Amino acid sequence: MSDAAAVPGGALDAPIPQPFPAHCLAVDGLVLERGERLLFNGLTFSLEAGELLQVAGRNGAGKTSLLRVLCGLTRPMEGEMTWNGVPVRRLDDGPGGHLAYLGHHNALKDELSAEENIQSQCRLHGCPQAPEVVFSMLEELGLGGHADLPVKLLSQGQKRRVALARLLLLRRPLWILDEPFAALDVQVIEVLRQALEAHLAARGMIILTTHQAVPVRGTQRTLTLGTGA
Amino acid sequence: MSALLRALMALLRRDLLLAMRRRQDALVVLGFFVVVVSLFPLGVGPDPQLLRSMAPGVLWVSALLATMLSLERLFADDFRDGSLEQLLLTPQPLPLLVLMKILAHWLVTGLPLVLISPLLGMQLNLDGTEIAVLMMALLLGTPILSLVGAIGAGLTLGLRGGGVLISLLILPLYVPALIMGAGAVDAVMYGSSPDAHLSLLAALLIFTLLLAPWAIAAALRIMLD
Repeated sequence: MSDAAAVPGGALDAPIPQPFPAHCLAVDGLVLERGERLLFNGLTFSLEAGELLQVAGRNGAGKTSLLRVLCGLTRPMEGEMTWNGVPVRRLDDGPGGHLAYLGHHNALKDELSAEENIQSQCRLHGCPQAPEVVFSMLEELGLGGHADLPVKLLSQGQKRRVALARLLLLRRPLWILDEPFAALDVQVIEVLRQALEAHLAARGMIILTTHQAVPVRGTQRTLTLGTGA
Repeated sequence: MSALLRALMALLRRDLLLAMRRRQDALVVLGFFVVVVSLFPLGVGPDPQLLRSMAPGVLWVSALLATMLSLERLFADDFRDGSLEQLLLTPQPLPLLVLMKILAHWLVTGLPLVLISPLLGMQLNLDGTEIAVLMMALLLGTPILSLVGAIGAGLTLGLRGGGVLISLLILPLYVPALIMGAGAVDAVMYGSSPDAHLSLLAALLIFTLLLAPWAIAAALRIMLD
């Protein structure tokens, strides 16, 4: 991955007005076994503010499993994760207070509109947003005329955009993204790319898996999950 | 604290809104309750005295089965679309979030059963006091059904044939509520006070209210691991 000629000052400089304080995520000696198969053994890495970590590996190498471990959804067999030096399990509000996760599923309710979906989830995550902010974010992601429609009427790519809007509005320093570019058209890939750059510039951290080479400016590292010991 | 309250209210509102937009789910439960209770007179004959003595048991067993019907979807929808993962990732205590989901479930499925029970009680020849005690017992008992049922719903999440499995797991656990609830109406029918039964039912409600949310939260964490 290289620095590409990116448009300076992307379309999404609005959602990240002030930088995050410098955080640090460290993972030490992670061991995970799924269905008798060792996915990774003694995985150790750390991530500083403003860094992007791309998790690579072939299908079934355990990329999604790793992301779920980092989110705290899956418990590793061994190893420890620390957030700013504090073991994640001992944080007051668990891992949820500092990360936003975008998984395979968009986590949208079919019967609610895009705006209602985002509003309820932002409130649940403890960062309520004014309706104007939600609408302008949806507008920015090209969903301007669709904010009031039930999500079930949207296409797969449009649903993914709604999920992205939620990610951007949650204002968490650590983003954990599972295949964020899947089902998006070229235009939205560009918007997301700029959002990722803006997030890194604001000292955010990103851990993602992707099969697409997407050039993002900023410090990047790649973690390749091997053949499983 | 207020952020927590706001988050809990947001979840309650979301679930109630979803129930409003999918009214058929709640109506099926209510319809099932009414139909099952109405089938009994057709099966055992129209003898008023017989119907009256059977009424508490019939109403309670029907309420129990109607509740079972709605349990499978309690967490399954959220599980399927990924909302449950996000719920686990919110910085709010999971047992309280679970409690809100159960409150929404009870408001949509349990409360309508309580409200329609006088009509069905009259249909089975219960008198005024008996109906009042029946409603009181259902008001205390249906939340227990939702709370205990949610444990089963959590434990069978993502399994094939989860609905049948919930019934097998949960119906035995409904026995205490069934005995107290039907017993309260029986007691007043035979001229004694229903207080003992109602007090025990209330105690059971407090007990499940305190323990079930933690059990369900643990079940959800295990099923999503």
